[in-house]
Amino acid sequence: MTDVIDGAVSTTGVVVPSVDVAPESQAVGWRHRHLLDVDGLTAADLDLVMRTADAMREVLARPIAKVPALRGRNVTILFYEASTRTRVSFEVAAKNLSADVVNIAASTSSVTKGESLVDTVRTVEALGAQMLVMRHHVSGAPYLAAEIFGGSVLNGGDGWHAHPTQALLDLYTMRSHLDGGSVAGRKIVILGDVLHSRVARSNIWTLTAAGADLWLCGPPTLLRGFEAWAGRGAAAGRRFTVTSDVGAALRDADVVMTLRIQRERMASGLLPSLREYAARYGLTAARLAGARPGALVMHPGPMNEGVEIAADVAAGAQSLITDQVTNGVAIRMALLYLLAGVPRA
Amino acid sequence: MTADEIRRATVRLSHEIVEKQAGTDGLMLIGIQRRGVPLARRIAASIAEHEGVDVPVGALDITFYRDDLSMVAQQPVVKGTELPSGIGGRTVVLVDDVLYTGRTIRAAMDALVDFGRPHAIRLAVLVDRGHRELPIRADHVGKNVPTSREELVRVHLEETDGDDGVEIERVAESAVAVEPVA
Repeated sequence: MTDVIDGAVSTTGVVVPSVDVAPESQAVGWRHRHLLDVDGLTAADLDLVMRTADAMREVLARPIAKVPALRGRNVTILFYEASTRTRVSFEVAAKNLSADVVNIAASTSSVTKGESLVDTVRTVEALGAQMLVMRHHVSGAPYLAAEIFGGSVLNGGDGWHAHPTQALLDLYTMRSHLDGGSVAGRKIVILGDVLHSRVARSNIWTLTAAGADLWLCGPPTLLRGFEAWAGRGAAAGRRFTVTSDVGAALRDADVVMTLRIQRERMASGLLPSLREYAARYGLTAARLAGARPGALVMHPGPMNEGVEIAADVAAGAQSLITDQVTNGVAIRMALLYLLAGVPRA
Repeated sequence: MTADEIRRATVRLSHEIVEKQAGTDGLMLIGIQRRGVPLARRIAASIAEHEGVDVPVGALDITFYRDDLSMVAQQPVVKGTELPSGIGGRTVVLVDDVLYTGRTIRAAMDALVDFGRPHAIRLAVLVDRGHRELPIRADHVGKNVPTSREELVRVHLEETDGDDGVEIERVAESAVAVEPVA
C-alpha cells in the first residue's frame, strides 16, 4: 500500500486508445461525493489529491490566481466553531476556482434562535448551496448533514473526530519537503495534546497508510486510548508508537508536528499547569536539536507560542508553518474541484 | 499518416511558422496537453535545426477552462501548465494534435490571456478533421483529413504512446459517450 501512495504508480494506469477525446481523462477519478474523513480514501485517492494540488500550486503562482473551473457553483461555508485559517482558506480556495461563496457563522445566524442543524442544512440547500463546507463542535455532525444534503459535504473539522483537509495538507507539505517526495519510512512525531485533537486523529490515518514511522508524544493524560489504537494499527502492519518520553520521540525524527494545547477543551486535572507543560513537552530549540539535522517543524495552528512551541522555533528556518497555510489553499482547491465532478444525489 | 509523413508535416509546419513571422523574433510555441506538447517540442527542434534559434516552448493544460465540466461524469485529471516567462507582446503559436470542434482552442485562448497579453495568438495543428462548432480556424495545418462525426482520429506520438502514427477508425454510435472537447 505504501509504495502505491508514494510511488509513481498513477491512477492513469488504465490503457486507453489515444483519440482526440482524451479518454484517459474519463478513465480514472474521484468517486466520493463527500469528504467527511480520510479513513475512506484509498492510496489512489490520496495520490490523485496530491497531484491535483500540484496543479493548484501552479495556479496560485500565476499573475492572476483564478481559473473558471467552478464558475456558477454555490459553495456555502457553515461554521459552528471559531476559525480563521480553515474558514478563510476554504473561502479563498473556492474563490480561486470562481465559485460563488456564501459564509455563515452560526453565532450570527438563526442557530442562535434554536434552529436545528437539519433545518439549517435544508435551508441553505433551498437557498442554492451545492457544496457545503462545515465545521461543528460535535463529532459526527457532518455525517448527519451528508444524509440530508443533496450536494457534497466537506468536513472542516468536527469535534475531536476528524479534520481531513488538514491531514491532507500536512501530508502534501511533508511530501514536498522530504527528499524523495515520500513519507514512507520517515520518523514523524506528533507532539502535544493528542487527546483533543481531530488533526492528530486524521493524520494518524494518512501518515500510517503512507508508510510513515509515526510517534505520538505527550503527557499520559493526553494520550489516553491511543495505546489501544496503536496496538490495532501494529496488527494491521502500520508503524505507530505512543510514548510520553520526549527525548525518545524526537531522537532522529524527520518531522516534528506540535499540536495546540486546547485550553477551551481542557477539563481540570489533565495538566497541572501550562508552565509545567511548556517546561516538559514544549518544542524548544534545545529539544529540536535531538531530531535529525534540518528536521521539519510543523504546527496546524493557531499557536500558543511559548507553550507547545517556542517562538524562535516557530519562526525558525526549519519551520514550515506558513507553507502549511499556503498548501492548505491548494489542497482545498483540489478537493473542491474533485468533489464538484461527482453527480448530486 | 505514417511516422515519415508526421515528420515531414512537422518540418513543414516549422517553416510556415517562421515564414509567417518573418523570422523567429518574439516567437513562442505552446503545446496543449497532452499531445500538443511533444509536437511543440518537435517544431522547436526543427526551427533550431534550420534557423539556429531556440524558440521558447511551453505546456498549457486547459482542464480548468473546459466548457463541459458540468457534463462529464468525472473531473478530468489535470496534467499541469508550464509557460516560459512573459507571454506579453509575444507571438504565441498554440500547438495541438487534432483540431475538431474548436472548443479546446477556445479554452486555451481563455487560459492564455490570464497569463498576459500576447501580440498575437496563432494556431498550428497536425490534423484538421473539420466539424467546427466555434468560429476558429488553424493558421498552419499538417494535414486536412475529412471525417464524419462517427469516426475517431487516433494520433499517437512516440513521446506519449511509444510510436508515431495517425489513423481513422469508425466507432459504433454507442461508443461516443461524451461530446469531445477537442
